[in-house]
Amino acid sequence: MFGVFGTRVPTATPLNQSASIIEIRNVDYAVSGRPVFASLDMDIPRGRITAIMGPSGTGKTTLLRLITGQVAADEGSIVVAGQEMREVRRSDLYVLRRRMGMLFQNGALLTDLSVFENVAFPLREHTDLPERLIRQLVLTKLQAVGLRGAAELMPSELSGGMSRRVALARAIVMDPEILIYDEPFVGLDPISLGVILRLIRRLNDALGITSIVVSHDVQEISTVADVLFLLSGGKVVARGTPQELQCYPSEIVRQFMGGLADGPVPFHFPAPEYFGELLSRAEDP
Amino acid sequence: MRLIKELWTSLIESLVGLGAVVRFLLRLIVVAPRALLRVDLIAQQVFNSGALSLVIIMLSGLFVGMVLGLQGFQLLQRFGSEEALGTAATIGLVKELGPVVTALLFAGRAGTALASELGLMRATDQLSAMEMMAVDPIQRVVVPRFLGGVIAMPLLAAIFSVIGIYGAQLIGVQIMGVDSGSFWSQMRAAVSLSDINEGIVKSCIFGVACSLIAVYEGYYAMPTAEGVGRATTRTVVTSAVVILFFDYLITAAFL
Repeated sequence: MFGVFGTRVPTATPLNQSASIIEIRNVDYAVSGRPVFASLDMDIPRGRITAIMGPSGTGKTTLLRLITGQVAADEGSIVVAGQEMREVRRSDLYVLRRRMGMLFQNGALLTDLSVFENVAFPLREHTDLPERLIRQLVLTKLQAVGLRGAAELMPSELSGGMSRRVALARAIVMDPEILIYDEPFVGLDPISLGVILRLIRRLNDALGITSIVVSHDVQEISTVADVLFLLSGGKVVARGTPQELQCYPSEIVRQFMGGLADGPVPFHFPAPEYFGELLSRAEDP
Repeated sequence: MRLIKELWTSLIESLVGLGAVVRFLLRLIVVAPRALLRVDLIAQQVFNSGALSLVIIMLSGLFVGMVLGLQGFQLLQRFGSEEALGTAATIGLVKELGPVVTALLFAGRAGTALASELGLMRATDQLSAMEMMAVDPIQRVVVPRFLGGVIAMPLLAAIFSVIGIYGAQLIGVQIMGVDSGSFWSQMRAAVSLSDINEGIVKSCIFGVACSLIAVYEGYYAMPTAEGVGRATTRTVVTSAVVILFFDYLITAAFL
């Protein structure tokens, strides 16, 4: 694909052209014996912006790690672009990852490389493109995120929002088919947040990719997402468009979408009875 | 009974840890041929581990040599054989102090830098980001740093010994008045190739050990500030113990 964002690198194998690019079936996953997911089912639609939301600790980032093959599910099936993740070999996983881009929460820029070299990194590692073409591709991607002028800066000289935009440029430099964002709005000022939101929409539409955004910023993500999944207790408790979820007939969805302090997700961490503990002597257990 | 059980558990844990390090080393060896194609990355790491350690190595070598010159002169003077100062200082430096002190300094400067760099890369998701870009961090980051250390360490030990000999000569000949001709000629006559070989073997093995410990601790550091701190401390402590242990083994093997 040729477009304003650059040249798509040919993929090794054609994608499975079903409506869902990622299919998750009956996935169980536990960390140190603590179940994170139990019989999780989910379909991520192709070419859309899918938001995965949920209270802290529900395993949103873990789900991304499962999808990207960083960890393996205990049970069940995860099919990404037609490949079953449980059966994929390390070399095939790397081929699959070349078709994915991921934006980490903190940007995860390589601190010993300049902005330009960070964006050029995947091209230098995976292609034999001439330097002139690498320069053009990198500058195109930096222009897309509005940071062409920062090409020579080092990561330590960037603000949080700028770091994430550079990481976004790096994530799209290989023209991925799936772009994954892990908590892209955390700690951003309103201007940076608006910029990132617009970029998510613009990149998704211009490149025709599938975007998966993990976030718990309900208002922000509702403005760009096509589909929302709400996770809680290791399962999907709601799925739908942002409008559908706003009037979803479920207490936990109402609590989450409305940002209510108390509800099915309790405000208080489990503790002994309050007054009893206040009045007890310090040495009492 | 409880003490035996605890000792047994600790022994098993140590063996498991040793097994993990050996497995990691084998992984590095498997990947090394592909990593060797990126000469620029290895050269950069030789510079980071070697050239940036030069000042501390040269200064330490000079002072150790000067101390050897002083102590050796005092001791040999009692037997009227001050001319043997060159031989004594050179054998001490080439076979023992050069490799051992260099390795200890290397672990303290380059080893900690390697461990903390890798640990911070882990803590800031840089290694995960590489994995996600389909770049093997072992091949791209760990092996060049390991090989850089392995190459730099014997070179640093050689420089340490040369500067040390100069330091001993400075004190013995220039200040204490030992005859310059005797100093150098006795040294050349008494120091054999096997002495130098012993130093080379030691410094190569110490280079592998220090670099391996540093990259292993850094790569598997807990991704927290405390985890990186612990990895750095463990790099120095483990390297020091391993260096002295191997020093004994190699010395015994060369006798």
